[in-house]
Formats: sequence, structure tokens, C-alpha cells
Amino acid sequence: MSIIVKLKKGFDLNLAGKAPLELLQVASSSTFALKPADFPGIQRPKVLVNEGDTVKAGTPLLLDKAMDQVLYASPVSGEVVEIKRGEKRKLLEIKILADKKITHEKGTPIDLSQNRESIVAQLAASGTWPHIIQRPYGIVANPTDVPKAIFISAFDSHPLAAEVNFLLQGEERYFQAGIDALAKLTTGKVHLNVDGSKAVPELFSSIKQVQLNQFSGPHPAGNVGVQIHHLDPINKGEIAWTVSPFGVAQIGKYVIEGIYDASKMVALTGSELNQRGYVKTYTGAQVTPFLKDNTQAAHIRVISGNVLTGENVGAEGYLGFYHSQLTVIPEGEYEEFLGWLKPSASKLSFHKAIGMFSFLNRGEFKVDTNTHGEERPFVVSGVFEKVLPMDILPTYLFKAIITEDFDEMEELGLYEVIEEDVALCEFVDPSKNELQQLVRQGIELLMYS
Amino acid sequence: MKLIQKLFDGIKPNFQKGAKWEKFHTLYEGHRTIVFAPDLVTKSKGAQIKDATDLKRVMITVVIAMIPALLFGILNIGHQHFIATGETGTFLDKAIFGAMSVLPILIVSYAVGLATEFTFCVIRNHPISEGYLVTGMLIALVMPPYIPLWQVALATIFAVVIGKEVFGGTGMNILNVAMTARAFLYFAYPAQISGDLVWTSLADKPAVDGFSGATALAVAYNSSIDGTPVVDALSKHNAAMGADYSFMSMFMGWIPGSIGETSTLMALIGAVILVATGVASWKIIVGGFGGAYAMGLVMNAFAGNGLDVNQFMAMPAHYHLVMGGLAFGVVFMATDPVSAAQTELGKWIYGILIGVFTVIIRVTNPAYPEGIMLAVLFMNVVAPLIDHYVVKANKKRRLQRATV
Repeated sequence: MSIIVKLKKGFDLNLAGKAPLELLQVASSSTFALKPADFPGIQRPKVLVNEGDTVKAGTPLLLDKAMDQVLYASPVSGEVVEIKRGEKRKLLEIKILADKKITHEKGTPIDLSQNRESIVAQLAASGTWPHIIQRPYGIVANPTDVPKAIFISAFDSHPLAAEVNFLLQGEERYFQAGIDALAKLTTGKVHLNVDGSKAVPELFSSIKQVQLNQFSGPHPAGNVGVQIHHLDPINKGEIAWTVSPFGVAQIGKYVIEGIYDASKMVALTGSELNQRGYVKTYTGAQVTPFLKDNTQAAHIRVISGNVLTGENVGAEGYLGFYHSQLTVIPEGEYEEFLGWLKPSASKLSFHKAIGMFSFLNRGEFKVDTNTHGEERPFVVSGVFEKVLPMDILPTYLFKAIITEDFDEMEELGLYEVIEEDVALCEFVDPSKNELQQLVRQGIELLMYS
Repeated sequence: MKLIQKLFDGIKPNFQKGAKWEKFHTLYEGHRTIVFAPDLVTKSKGAQIKDATDLKRVMITVVIAMIPALLFGILNIGHQHFIATGETGTFLDKAIFGAMSVLPILIVSYAVGLATEFTFCVIRNHPISEGYLVTGMLIALVMPPYIPLWQVALATIFAVVIGKEVFGGTGMNILNVAMTARAFLYFAYPAQISGDLVWTSLADKPAVDGFSGATALAVAYNSSIDGTPVVDALSKHNAAMGADYSFMSMFMGWIPGSIGETSTLMALIGAVILVATGVASWKIIVGGFGGAYAMGLVMNAFAGNGLDVNQFMAMPAHYHLVMGGLAFGVVFMATDPVSAAQTELGKWIYGILIGVFTVIIRVTNPAYPEGIMLAVLFMNVVAPLIDHYVVKANKKRRLQRATV
């Protein structure tokens, strides 16, 4: 039985800098990094390698002492060149200088007729496990839990996002194997949620062992959190898991071939790139080769991920573990004379306040990182509600977090959201509050106390 | 532009940490960000881009929406002056006379209010917020044209300090700040803000024979004492001077009253701007007018059955919508997002009850001919309670889902 959900609330950001569906020939990155900060649940990271060690793709680099079954593996083979630490010796990056030819750690393919425990144990050690995310909290799933269902969003509605079926071309067999493995992990269903506004790609329509649901509407219709809310919402004490489509294929590849293959396609997007498209690389690639001779302005922001939920990694930084997109936009360090008053149809805004005519502009918007105003207390009401298609009262939830009221946080639905679900709220907020960070703070309060 | 930027850059060192005016850095930044939208960029995690609309633009939208009411108010004050004195004045005479009465009030409201606000920003080390842009205008528009300026100043200080800053500043207040200012004057200095003599500036000239300065609401209330039907009393009022209180002239606003409140039409133009720009909640506005009209009908129903206590109850319900400050209050005061209900269902309830209470206070309470001020303040206090139950229902839905 499949469910069709049509969402009305939300906002599609039509940005300049879309990536055409073509593969670019770009020199490959030579260094790759694993960044513990990409996994918000990690409490006590322990590095398993030393600088100078040689590793293969799939060699464990890191584990979390609080959940030591799960291993975080090297995406490529090569030499560990740097273990970068920050203040108070906080682990920042484990950098690998890649070999010319990648060799893989040889594991054993997983026989899915085994019992659940042994499948879980093998997956947890495979390097692919961190793709399995737990809701509530949006952290790497705990292998000892049994989720009530598993949710996969098969499309990304974020601005300039990569086309998921393009990322997965040629991986159909692995995708099905990944689904088969995930179906073993849950007592409930595996939900595969596709874009209801388009024809369902064959890749997804032919998949077995899933409930195929359709979601249509503006962003955040593609957010798995929104989809869960409409399919089988998470209540206190319940656990669901989510996996990205790329993660499913990677799990499937391990199931069939017994190797951790971190090769992936990444979309190069954003108005400041001359040549946009898709490149083949590995998880955690350094972004420098993608930018070389390819950027327009001197002063740019290099974002791993999309403009709403991504991270500024800088021109020498590394792609995040979960990201299949690089966005390059101009920095916005400029003062604008009477910028708060000037009428404009070219500045992107959800609002229609005096002088903001962007709602009349059907074209693409070129955006930069200027905040267009300073931080203020909440004043305007009813705006967040228009971009969050859930039965949640965002303003009250945010205020509960600010006041650290645990009961209210629970009762108002903090179990159902993570950062990406409130990213649009953060974008449209005329008071410019940092709501994604706030939600993570609230989650950490609930998790660790 | 470069020149102004240089000017700001030039004085900047004085406001930096350790410099002599360090304490006043919030004022420096406040002024610089008015002239130039700031060069701030997004943090490295989270949303990398932000919406082009900020609070300044939202607030200026409200100010612009009030400009029709302000301009009409200026003209009408001149108009009322020439009616009362029996002189003839051209359009320009009226506008000039009105501007001479209104601008000092507006200037005092802004100057005193901003000074109070700045003082608190410096003491508390807060950034200067934009809320007073709107409040300053609102305070001026709800004053009678003849109000002594020192009273405007005192009310403004009271409202900003007790109405807002003690709660933590913009965004934290419980009561609408401008309504607080008006209520303060109403109870502290009733002689200058109520009765029949304060709504028309005579400018020390004698009034023409037979002139009455009573507002429409006062006329309606008085008629209920002497027993004449309200509509008759309104249409006969000052008819000798060619200025009646017909439905149309009250809708247009050619009647005495507070500076900005008289014209329903101008309030509706403001409402169109506020709703079209999405700045004010249409639910509160529609609820407010609807609630008042419905309550007017209820009063009529009572009046028809011999249950009426006064003639006011029999006045046609639609008259309520154009009399007094209902339209102005519903459009500009009730929709203040900070003091109003903040849930969508709550906004309906809040708006409707404001309309209902306004009419109840008007019709049944002889002490306060104008009900909108007290209705808005009362509902400001009740709004969190309404929201509380709406939020509770949301929590309950979530809880029920868990147990099903």
C-alpha cells in the first residue's frame, strides 16, 4: 500500500547555478578526510590509526567508545598523512593521501539468510553503517536498537540538489541489495519515498521489499523527517532509522561484494562555478581540484552540501560524509546603502514586505552569504509555520529550547525534527536567529540529560 | 556613499573596546546599520544564505501602512478646526493647520521614545531594535490633537519603560506599547483625553454657536440617555455647520477624534497594505471587524425584544465598524505580532473577541465611550492564555498518536 502526500507549505529556492546532468572530467582529489564532526552523535572518538600508516579503502580509522561496534572506515587506500586536532585536542580530521589505484579491504559478502544479529554485526563493522541514521536526534544508529521502520527519501528537494537517480545510475543491483539488507533490520516496513510531482524513475518503481510513497510540494517535501511525520510519526520512546539513497547502494555493494566502496558522484553547483556538472570521486574528497580554474569571483564561499544545511569548508576543505553536493556562492561581506529599504526584485525573499518584489520574479536568484540584517528577538509570528509542513508549532518549540524546558521540548515534538527540517525556518526568519544550531542544542539537552 | 562610510569608519575607533565611548557602541552600530545594511555573513554551519527581508523592512512596512491615516488625520484636524470656528479654509489652510498640531506630537513621540530606548540599549548593551519605528507613529496617531506635549512625553516614557523595557525590550512585551501609552494618559490625565472638548483644536478662537465637540461615540451614548434613536442623533449632530455624523462621513473620517483613528477608509487602506505584504495577520483583522459586527447584531436582537437598556443597543451593527477607533485599533494595534496571539487558531479567537469586547464596552459601560483601547489591552493579557490552549491541543494530538 503506498501513500500519496501532497504538501502545500514550504518554499522552493530557485537559485542560479544548477548542475546539468553530465559527468565532468576533473583531476581527481589526492587527499580525503574523515571528519568526526560530520557525525553529531559521536561522544568519545578514538582514532585507530597513526600518522604514516598505510590503509586500504574500508580500513577502520575511528570508532566511538560509546558505541564501539560501529567502525568509521577509510574511503580510499593510501597513507594517513595527518590527524588534525583543534583546541583541547578535539579531533577534527583524519587525512589520507590516496593511492593512484584504490585497493579495498576484502570482507565477506553478507548472506542475508543469516539471523539479524550477525547481519547487523557485519554491517556495523563494514564502514557503511554510519549511513544509517537514527530518529529522533539524527545521529548514527545504534546497532543494538530495532527500529519500528526505515525511511528512505529518494529525492532531494534542497536548493540546487543533486539528482538522486543520476547519482545512482548503474547501481540498481546494489540498491536492491541494500533494501533487502535493511528490510532484515526492522520489524516494520522500509519506506521508499519518491517525488510525486514527476514520473517515478524505473530505478525506484522496480524495487521490491519496500512501500513506495509519493510526496509532492515545495521544499522540504524531500526531507525524510517531514515524510516520517506524514507516514508514521515518531513518538516518545520510538526509534526509526533513515538512510540516504547513496547509503543504501553502498550497503548493498558491501552485501554483494564484501567491500566498502566509497566512490560516489558529487554535483558541483552554485553561481560561482564556471563549469558545473557531476564528478566521480570518493567520500570526503578535498574540494580544491573541483575549484581549480573553475571559479569566477575571488571572494567565494565553498559549501559542502547545499545552501540551507551545508557547511563552509573553505577552498582547501573536504566534503562532508553525507554530502553529494558542492555549492559555491559569493561571500556577502559588503555594506549596502539603505539595503533594508531599497526595493528589489532580484533579492531572494520568502516575504513580501514593502519593496520585496522577488515573489514576482520567476527567474533564478543569485544569492550570497550576507545575512541582510542583524539578529533580533522573535517578533513576527506565523512565518515559520508556513515553511514547516508538519503539525508542529515551531516558535513554541524554539522557545522551549531557549528556556531549556525539557517537558515542553518533548511535548512540542523535538523528537520529530533535526536541523535540516528547520533550515527553511532559519532562512526565512526576519530576526535572523540560528535555529538549526538551536535545535541541535535542544537535541543534545534531551540526549545527554 | 563612500563618504558616509568613511565618516562612520572615522568615528568607529571611539566606540571600540577600551575606547572612551565604548559603552555607546550599540548606538554607533544602530545608526550605521540604518544607513548601510550590515556586512555580516552567515556562520560556517547552518543556513549559508538568508532571506533578504529583515525586521527593519517589516517594521517600515507597518509605518508606510499608517501614512494614509497620518496624512488624512492632518487634513481632518484642519477641517474640524474650520468647522468648529465657522471660518472657511482652503485645502492648504487645513493641511497647514493640521500639520502644525500633529507634527509636534509626532516629533515628541519619536524623540522621547527613541531617547528612552537608546538609554536602555546602552545600559543593557542591547542592539537597537526597530520596534519603536512603529510604536512612535502609533502613539502619535492615537493622541487627541489638543494634547499637551509634556503629556505625550510622559506617556511615551511610561509605555516604553513599563510597557516594554521592564519585560526585556522589543519582542518581550505583554501589552501593546502604544495602547499602554494611551491608557496611561486616559487614567492619569482624563481631562485632556476624554470628554467633548479635546477632539477639535480651536486654537484659542471661539467656537461657532451651537457647535458640539462630542465624538460620534459620545453622541451615541448621550442619545441613549435622552431616548432619541442613535442614528437620528448622529445625523443631526452639528448639521447646522454642514458636518453630520452620517455613516458615510464616519467611514470617510470627517469627524473629530484622535489624530489617526477617524477614517475607516484609511485604516482599510493600511489593512490592504499590511495583508498584501503579509506583515499583519488577516485573521485578526477579519476577526476583529467580524466580532464587532456580530456583537452589534446581538445587541440589536436584545433591543428589539424590549430587553434594551439603552438606545445605543438598537444602533445598526455596521455603525460600530466606522465609529471611534475600532478600525484603526483592529488594523494597527490588534495585529502587533508581539502582543497578539501567536498561534493561527489563537489569532481568530483573539481578533473576534477584540471586536466583541469593544462593542460590549461601548454600549454597556457609561464610563468608557471608546472600547477598543481597553479591549485590545485586555486581549493582550488574555492572548497567552488562548495560545496556551491551542498549544495544549497540539501537544495532546501528539500524545494521543503515541497511545493509539
